[in-house]
Amino acid sequence: MFYREAGQFKTSYEKDDAVFPILQDRIGIVLILLIAFVGIPLFASSFFISSFFIPVLVFSLAAIGLNLLTGYTGLLSLGTGGFMGVGAYACYKLTTFFPDTNIILLILLSGFAAAGVGAVFGLPSLRIKGFYLAVATLASQFFLSWCFVRIPWLFNYNVSGAIEVPTRTVFDIPITGPNATPVTRYLVALSIVVLMTWLASNLIRGRIGRTWMAVRDMDLAAELIGIKLYRTKLLSFAVSSFYCGVAGAMMVFLWFGSAEPDTFNINQSFFVLFMVIIGGLGSLIGSFLGAFFIWGTPIVLKAVPYYFDVAIPAATVEHLTFMILGALIIFFLIVEPAGLARLWQIGKQKLRVWPFPY
Amino acid sequence: MDLLYRVFIDPFVQMGAAPDLLVQTLWEGLVGGVLYSLIALGFVLIFKASGVFNFAQGIMMVFAALTLVGLYSLLRQWGVNSGELAAYLALALTLVVMFILAWVVERVMLRPLVNQPDIILFMATFGLTYFLIGFGELIFGGEPKVMITDELHLPRGAIDVNMLGGFVSFQKLDIAAAVIASVMVAGLALFFQKTRIGRALRAVADSHKAALSVGISLEYIWVVVWFAAGIVALATGIMWGARSDVSFALEIIALKALPVLILGGFTSVPGAIVGGIIIGVGEKLGEFYWGPLLGSGIESWLAYAIALIFLLFRPQGLFGERIIERI
Repeated sequence: MFYREAGQFKTSYEKDDAVFPILQDRIGIVLILLIAFVGIPLFASSFFISSFFIPVLVFSLAAIGLNLLTGYTGLLSLGTGGFMGVGAYACYKLTTFFPDTNIILLILLSGFAAAGVGAVFGLPSLRIKGFYLAVATLASQFFLSWCFVRIPWLFNYNVSGAIEVPTRTVFDIPITGPNATPVTRYLVALSIVVLMTWLASNLIRGRIGRTWMAVRDMDLAAELIGIKLYRTKLLSFAVSSFYCGVAGAMMVFLWFGSAEPDTFNINQSFFVLFMVIIGGLGSLIGSFLGAFFIWGTPIVLKAVPYYFDVAIPAATVEHLTFMILGALIIFFLIVEPAGLARLWQIGKQKLRVWPFPY
Repeated sequence: MDLLYRVFIDPFVQMGAAPDLLVQTLWEGLVGGVLYSLIALGFVLIFKASGVFNFAQGIMMVFAALTLVGLYSLLRQWGVNSGELAAYLALALTLVVMFILAWVVERVMLRPLVNQPDIILFMATFGLTYFLIGFGELIFGGEPKVMITDELHLPRGAIDVNMLGGFVSFQKLDIAAAVIASVMVAGLALFFQKTRIGRALRAVADSHKAALSVGISLEYIWVVVWFAAGIVALATGIMWGARSDVSFALEIIALKALPVLILGGFTSVPGAIVGGIIIGVGEKLGEFYWGPLLGSGIESWLAYAIALIFLLFRPQGLFGERIIERI
């Protein structure tokens, strides 16, 4: 009823090509940003912020990264966790080398290290395709996690092998380290995510994104119309790893505060892949929805017994969560293989034509 | 120069100096490889017949082993006095459970997902993995269990052979594993080549549509294939369980089977065997002779590195069907 584009006439190509061509969408995004930037810091408890919103932001960014690679370029990768780790360790090394530089800049810069590593591990994609490539990217995952344990230079030769996040301030406000409040960390993470989502959406709509999608739809045909495959695929790996690297750096610096070598193991890769698939391949909003769903569901499931005062042992809850999450994944794939993003689109379409069925 | 010497010369000098150690390492690699190839075999069966990359194969193995051990202890509690009887009864019941699992998977998961893109089916098996992990731990508990090797009459102990100026010890269990694996592969080969169902399976693998049009029921074939993969999983689970404890930590071994798979090719049974042996032997040799150079623990990725090197020359794996692309 309210979601109508009737009467909104486009008088220029710029308006027609806008990211949000419909007025209601623009209002919606402003509202969401307002809630995210003002509402949540004001009203949400700091525990909820640090255990729900920050993780969701981190995973959303990682999911966007993987979505660029898997959803837009059609290259299935299981090395996400490793690339996130590269970002985190790069950021850690950068903070040791440049203690006085703005930490937000360093977090963004560490993405470049991940991008370089990602491009190198993307090299097999020029020859190997499909599931063969997916398993080949597992090599990068295992090799990188081995590096995080075995190369002491990465964690500054400390005994525990873990990395501790130092306190860094920007304008005298602590951003990272134990003194930073959850709200500051949340706002920093949110700003980075918003900025990088905006970049990604423009990247996808531009020439680069179109070449990616051409490669996804059929790489042979893309090559025939003059797209250089190696350049496109490697760029996709690099950009995707850049996003994952920044997400990894954010994960350690803005969320965990420290990281064991085992943090970036293979389960991290699977987790992000879940988000991308459940959210919807080839959709930015899907990455966010997927992250919300996959991170939120276990939390809700674990909270349910407490609300109903049912005494279930913690271990049982853990196992039940696994079972239900697995069943839900299968259920969603059956109901809507195109992911939550598709449901979102269907909902919008229904609103648009309401009260008529079509 | 020193590094080059240590990489290219020294390991071979070591091999020549202690041939008994070399034989021992080769043997262990061979057995490990055979067990990897058993897991890979389960993958290949399902991929051939339904095009599903079944990530849950590893967890099916753990689940089968857990069910076997769990049922055995249940049967003993219920008053089956003879350990042997209980063990074989549990074995039979586990087969029934694996059949039910295959049937449920086909009914609930695969049938609604027919004709979906590969990646969706792949993800669905991920969901199945999670479900089985939760389900298995819920029923059998998370703590490691001991495989009932004696009750199943699996041999234990070792045969020491005096050869090449030293003793090489062959674990009897490993020999049994190799024998069982060979019997199983031979059985599967016969089943595929000689029986009516086997022929139907091959038809489905070639083309779903063509198979349907000559009256082969996809549903039936898929249950059979998942059941066959379940039996393979059970055998693998028993063997791995006998070598270490039965727990969900075994799942990590399934990840080791993936390089075997890409090395041999997703669609080839002989590929799974040869790939398994190459990976198993390569891994053990690398860990033993080149491992000290890089620091230990390289076997976590060495298998993948070996597989990648092969893949660069044959992108479809050693025995995989040639991928033909048309516009």
